[in-house]
Amino acid sequence: MPVNTSAVGKQYPPVTYAVGREKVKEYASAVGETNPLHLDPAAARAAGYDDVVAPPMFAVVYQSGAVMPGIFDPEVGINFAMMVHSGQDFRWERVVVAGEELTTQAKVANIEEKGGMGFYDFEVVTQDAGGATVCTGIWKMIVRGV
Amino acid sequence: MAASYEPGAELPELKITPDRFLTVRYAGASGDFNPIHIDEEFAKSVGLPGRILHGLWSMAQVARAQTEAAGGPEKLKALSVQFRGMGLLEQEVVVTSAVKAVDDGVATVEAEARQGDTRIVRNAVAEIALD
Repeated sequence: MPVNTSAVGKQYPPVTYAVGREKVKEYASAVGETNPLHLDPAAARAAGYDDVVAPPMFAVVYQSGAVMPGIFDPEVGINFAMMVHSGQDFRWERVVVAGEELTTQAKVANIEEKGGMGFYDFEVVTQDAGGATVCTGIWKMIVRGV
Repeated sequence: MAASYEPGAELPELKITPDRFLTVRYAGASGDFNPIHIDEEFAKSVGLPGRILHGLWSMAQVARAQTEAAGGPEKLKALSVQFRGMGLLEQEVVVTSAVKAVDDGVATVEAEARQGDTRIVRNAVAEIALD
């Protein structure tokens, strides 16, 4: 069954995420961060930040809520049981700190079929309260046996 | 202290061994509660050897290797990776990185994360801002 490419370009509603100090610390601890910028508000302030700094890969946390509606969209048609997360790109314009409110929007960047597998790429852009882009992610999924 | 970024230079290795509850903590921290990461019986029922690491946790180790080598989180400007082999609990993860090129204040670093002979993150490319 060929993949359905009609959803390419489809955008999903923006999702707002409030970056919380304890969430940043929880995430930083789970990935093994020891840099006090991520864990200690006093250390972060001493370095010139308003609060603890999110590790760059915290982008996963503030972007995933925006990309999930695309992954589960019937029009995209991903068979979730056969899906693997095959690759991930992030580009960061700056670090984010606790206390910020971010808005993230996902769109279907590409759908194609190669060798019996479906390739689904989602482009996910996160902006700060001023409308400046802070992070762009490309979430790449492969579905076997399409 | 930032590493020396010269083309061909190898950056410090990062080593970490995920304990048996790591995927539970990461699931809570990240919001990814896919049962293949946290439910041993479910993972085996779908043909896996057991619970497997979240790919994005493994990617975070590649990112951490870069921010630690470069001297801070603000140095990491971009990271792209491919996920392939399954990452397992209670086995050491080793991230290796080497400088591919330096151009206009930006170092391009190639990296991978391995467990033994299994590459769990491959073809990683990072862009590092140099001061």
